[in-house]
Amino acid sequence: VTERWIGRSLRQPDANSKLTGEHRYASDLDVPGMLVGLILRSDVAHARIHRVDLERARAVPGVVAMIGPADLGSPIPRFGALSPDQPVLADGEVRFHGEPLAAVAAVDEASAREALEAIVVDLEELPAVASLDDALRAEPHVLHECRFAWGEPAGDAAIVLEHEYEAHAAQHVSIEPHACIASWDRRGLTIWAGTQHPFVVRRVLADTFKLPLARVRVLALPVGGAFGAKGYPKLEPIVALLSRAAGQPVGVRASLRESFHITRGAGARVAVRTALDDAGRLCSQEIEADFLAGAYADMAPRVVEKSAYLACGPYRTPAARIVARAIASNTAPSTAFRGFGAPQFTWALESQMDELARMVGQDPLEFRLRNLCEPGELVLPDQTPCDGRWHEALTRAAEAVGYRQPRPPGRGVGVAIAIKYPTPASTSVAIVRLHADASATVQIGTTELGQGSRIAMAQIAAEALGIATDDVSVPDPDTASTPFDFATAASRSTTLAGTAVLAACADVHRQLEALAEEALGVAARADAQAGGVAMADGRRLSYVELLALAFGADQGEVVGRGTYRGARADLPLGGPAPFWEVCAAASEIEVDEATGAIRVVRQVVASDVGRAINPAATQGQDLGAAMMGLGQTLAEEVRYDERGRLLTADLERYRIPATPDLPIQFESILIENGDGPGPFGAKGVGESGIMAIGPSVGNALRAASGVRVRRLPLTPERVWRALSQARQPTASVVR
Amino acid sequence: MTFTLRMTVNDRPVELEVAHDEVLLDVLRTRLDLKGAKRSCGIAECGACTVLIDRQPVSSCCTLAWEARERRVDTVEGLARSGELDPLQSAFAEHRALQCGYCTPGMLMSAVALLDETPAPTADEVRRGLRGTLCRCTGYRGIVEAVVAVGLVGDDDV
Repeated sequence: VTERWIGRSLRQPDANSKLTGEHRYASDLDVPGMLVGLILRSDVAHARIHRVDLERARAVPGVVAMIGPADLGSPIPRFGALSPDQPVLADGEVRFHGEPLAAVAAVDEASAREALEAIVVDLEELPAVASLDDALRAEPHVLHECRFAWGEPAGDAAIVLEHEYEAHAAQHVSIEPHACIASWDRRGLTIWAGTQHPFVVRRVLADTFKLPLARVRVLALPVGGAFGAKGYPKLEPIVALLSRAAGQPVGVRASLRESFHITRGAGARVAVRTALDDAGRLCSQEIEADFLAGAYADMAPRVVEKSAYLACGPYRTPAARIVARAIASNTAPSTAFRGFGAPQFTWALESQMDELARMVGQDPLEFRLRNLCEPGELVLPDQTPCDGRWHEALTRAAEAVGYRQPRPPGRGVGVAIAIKYPTPASTSVAIVRLHADASATVQIGTTELGQGSRIAMAQIAAEALGIATDDVSVPDPDTASTPFDFATAASRSTTLAGTAVLAACADVHRQLEALAEEALGVAARADAQAGGVAMADGRRLSYVELLALAFGADQGEVVGRGTYRGARADLPLGGPAPFWEVCAAASEIEVDEATGAIRVVRQVVASDVGRAINPAATQGQDLGAAMMGLGQTLAEEVRYDERGRLLTADLERYRIPATPDLPIQFESILIENGDGPGPFGAKGVGESGIMAIGPSVGNALRAASGVRVRRLPLTPERVWRALSQARQPTASVVR
Repeated sequence: MTFTLRMTVNDRPVELEVAHDEVLLDVLRTRLDLKGAKRSCGIAECGACTVLIDRQPVSSCCTLAWEARERRVDTVEGLARSGELDPLQSAFAEHRALQCGYCTPGMLMSAVALLDETPAPTADEVRRGLRGTLCRCTGYRGIVEAVVAVGLVGDDDV
């Protein structure tokens, strides 16, 4: 059977409106009667709140409503996707720089701003904890600790190596800052937001405000970049309360600076102790990690647990002891961030693998290939076995940068490979409506973040129904009409939500067959290739003919429903991995010995994607993720001052990659063997490109210069120091 | 304090009463409903608000509307006026130079300015020329390819 729509690089249906400037994001939308909302945020990281006085501010002309701590009762309502621990406004104590203290809704921005300036705040600043060193020095506040263990660590292994690595905190920096509009009236609460997870937002708001799910409606607008920062509620609760107070819709459009204060990714320190046998095979890993989480849980406990579980990577690991902790601090809550903790562990593991290879005198690529899981081999006890060709991914990435070619001094290549998986035991429900003219509407909770979910879902439905993708529409999710979906996260959507779409199309077909049998009295079989049904007596009916026959001309439609329910089991995070998301990276770099500056000349990523529904969109995800990884590897770093105040809250001080950073060769390789569990053999992709970039570049630095740097980012200053120390006769390693 | 702002926006004359401290981005977005240019960093670092004044790229978030008086302003909405994408927009679509699309209007206008100066830029010239506009989604490869491709086509036509 030849596929008509799968494997084609069709354009996003919204490409034109994005190119003409007509596309409307949450930041562009005006709801009738909407007021401008602004939030007063703390300019210190930790403080006792003596007073937040809104009296003068309320008198500012144009102000319609304000909320301060005194307006919200005691305790102040709390929210959180994992645990409801974050107060909508700072409750008695400021716990991070940028925490909301009060908010205003006014007729225009100037009035709102004037009101913010008229608020009188009396804070007594307290010492702040904003680094792992500070957090661990005192009695650490552990938000979450998890432990995983299997096998017996080798007591007398031939080779043991132990090192500590550090991956810093990074910031998502979506170009569209956070934006949300809320309207809370007698009918309920309506939210328009650029959000990844409308159903998480709905649940958390319903919990926080004690509303039935049916009375919280979330319209998920196209998102101007998300990367994890826009999934779990951020602005939504405060904007909802503003709207309730004002009795009108209120929109809050954060500035980019504000977005820097709202959330971030977590940095981690990871100690790895590896035992090898004398043939260079892994015997055991002992891994201990501390993540610096923020003042409230947000997703930090889940990030730590999920990534720690896979701390040993895609390698055959007979025994392991893993301990990981999320430690609270006076910093913005750390949330999901592309890779969900995997890049932090990968930085440690894949740097360590390189060091081990060199220690035993093996080529780093060969050393990895020797220890990588083969298809069918267990990655973790009782878990889904290796479901792809990981050797192929690593080998092809290495070959693409000319791994074995000789290089001039100052140049070097490095490789790395990483693994993650989508949250197990998740659910997606899809509705596919086949209309009277044989066009179809797909209702699925997957949001459009630029990844191309609209076109991917349209391709899946078009293929399954045998209609053209131009005849399929995939509207933005609206929890009032779109069925439930777990989240647009963890590279799950095309594979798992796509499975629900495919099942809904099959349901459409079953219903069509029943209608045809009822109308014509003989057995019928749906035929997607022909776009209709074939009757047992040889007659054929197109969808249009059948729908007209069943419902009357120009009437009716068939509504198919499909559900994906992830398998459940007594395993960490509730079930087996639906698939493994694997990506290999290979980098060639040039290091300037005089300045320590690294230039990435070639960067290749190879992902085992099973089957690319839309290859260009798939590669776009991997390349975008790889570039984000290069930014984090070379420059991006969240920094705080000694009082815990965020120093890097703008693009001058938090540098993200720009066009000059584009490597000369920048390539995404897709490994496609049709071996995924998703539609047409698809596996997840989207986060994977970021995971292995750090160690790939770090290992290339080692190859180019002989120095090993165990701490990210690899800034010129850090690399230069390492190079300088390496020229000294004693030390060759810099932390 | 206000003044009468007369300018040409996408070839249409415009006359508005504008506050002296109002920035061009707000005038375009809120007064003229031209929401293609985006608000993001507010400090002229990201380029999402890029428009052209007399064919020169400016960050409209940090440009007073006053500076556009009696001058020609071009925004992304002016590129496809016939209803068809212009060659640069088509090349962006073709080369996957956009994902979320939020930076795209600014990126397009930066590229228009670059192509005005350098009609057939090399990849290196595009890398240097577009460094002021940030994209967090694509990794830039498609953007550079699209601009180079348009330059090559334009060159053949001459």
